[in-house]
Amino acid sequence: MLTLEGVGKTYANGVHALDAVNLSVGPGEIVAIVGGSGCGKSTLLRAISGLDTPSQGRVMLDGEKVTKPHEKIGIIFQEPRLLPWLTVAGNVGFGLEDRPKAERDARVVEALTRVGLSEKADMWPRELSGGQAQRVAIARALVPRPEVLLLDEPFSALDAFTRVDLQDHLLGLWADTRPILVLVTHDVDEAVVLADRIMVMRPRPGRIFDEIAADLPRPRERQSSAFDRVRRHVMAALDRSLKPVAKSDANEAAAFWW
Amino acid sequence: MSLVRMSAAIEPAAQPKQKAGKSVLTRWRGPALGLILPLILAVGWELAVRAGFSNGRLVPPPSVIYATFSELARTGELQRHAAATLARVLAGFGIGVIVGTLLGAITGYSLLVRRFIDPSLQALRAIPSIAWVPLFILWLGIFEASKVTLIAVGVFFPVYLGVMGAVMSVDRKIVEVGRAFRLSGVKMVRRILLPAVLPAYVIALRSGLGLGWMFVVAAEFMGASEGLGFLLVDGQQLGKPAQIVAAIVAFAVIGKITDWLIVGITAPFLRWEDRFKSPAAEG
Ligand SMILES: Nc1ncnc2c1ncn2[C@@H]1O[C@H](COP(=O)(O)OP(=O)(O)O)[C@@H](O)[C@H]1O
Ligand SMILES: [Mg+2]
Repeated sequence: MLTLEGVGKTYANGVHALDAVNLSVGPGEIVAIVGGSGCGKSTLLRAISGLDTPSQGRVMLDGEKVTKPHEKIGIIFQEPRLLPWLTVAGNVGFGLEDRPKAERDARVVEALTRVGLSEKADMWPRELSGGQAQRVAIARALVPRPEVLLLDEPFSALDAFTRVDLQDHLLGLWADTRPILVLVTHDVDEAVVLADRIMVMRPRPGRIFDEIAADLPRPRERQSSAFDRVRRHVMAALDRSLKPVAKSDANEAAAFWW
Repeated sequence: MSLVRMSAAIEPAAQPKQKAGKSVLTRWRGPALGLILPLILAVGWELAVRAGFSNGRLVPPPSVIYATFSELARTGELQRHAAATLARVLAGFGIGVIVGTLLGAITGYSLLVRRFIDPSLQALRAIPSIAWVPLFILWLGIFEASKVTLIAVGVFFPVYLGVMGAVMSVDRKIVEVGRAFRLSGVKMVRRILLPAVLPAYVIALRSGLGLGWMFVVAAEFMGASEGLGFLLVDGQQLGKPAQIVAAIVAFAVIGKITDWLIVGITAPFLRWEDRFKSPAAEG
């Protein structure tokens, strides 16, 4: 169980990036966070990961306060961030340094097979395509078997075909151990395909604006009308989230002026 | 997904074959081209002297240089002088590298320390190092200590600058990967920082070594009874240009070998970036 209790963040330069976010994610749940650029999605994810500490509130995982990177929490960034001096296998096994070599090797092979890259084990990261590199990053994050996996726009740098492929891949991997997934994305389709729940954020300061349940059966059909209904719902919420609060008042004032 | 699998299966087989077949041909063509001009000059000069166009006294022909070189080698003189020079370079290089690496790593890591000592070091760097010679002789005498110190100073600056720059430019995003896997302290240094700075460090070591070889000549000019630099001065004073050229050749050969040693020893750790480096290393 992952709980955010009034998590807020004000950066050292005074930017109020996040304001009192409350969120509770149960085991095996997939939550997507969508919102315009700069509305604090990355800030929120970094606070959960323990890479940054929130200025207010706290992040709790199974009743334990998260203050620094936690072994039960894995993170995948927008870029693969593979270590160029390690082979693909070395990168996947990076988080298993303290395990016996035999166990590490076995788990690396298993994870690489699972993401369809077993024949690339001895290659250098520079020899991979963008999609392959991101699959290695996913394997690296999953191999220590985290309870929570955070993803910050993980597929946004990829082409549409590869993106859809990786979304399916991610779901397949998620089904193995069913960790909590918290996924930041600006791709509404991606949110609807993956998530059980979609949180729409609004900016300045960043906070949760709306919450939409995507209770569609899995595997989800991207062309189905139910899918489309949820997508429209999210789009509408996003639209509203980006409008300034005082928009209607301003409109009236403008009308008056004329 | 099956599409991705298929393309993944095709790729790796094709790549290495192409690489190996190409490299044999292209690998030697570049260096061979570069040899043509010096060979023409050497053969031309040899023929010119033999034909009597020049007596070759000031600029000895290759055959005389070779004879002088083998004579020096036969008597063991060459080995003795080369060993003395090599020992000085290694001592100075060792000291310069240790101090340069430590200070470079600390100043690269800590903004406070950098603000504190970097300006002073940069000011010292602006002094042409040879200008220190009189002071070093006054302080340390005319024997080994002052020579090794001068070489160490020459080696220090490129190593210091290289390490500081490398540490400062380590990708923040990669460090964050280390943090996400809960690395800190020694583990962060060993698993993230060291590998990240290694390529730049090797370059710093190589330029440090180059300066070490430069400065050993200066050091041996300031009075030495042995060393390749002594052979140079001796050859000048006794009017033996062939000995000077022989010593220069020895410098070139030993200098290149020590550079190759650094490259060769570190190459296994830098395989991951060899594709990027190979065109530059060729030239
Ligand atoms: N390290 C930082 N220091 C100062 N301000 C930051 C920092 N990171 C992000 N911000 C600011 O916080 C706000 C939210 O940023 P971010 O969380 O990256 O948004 P998103 O990921 O939703 O695009 C932005 O206004 C951004 O400029
Ligand atoms: Mg972001």
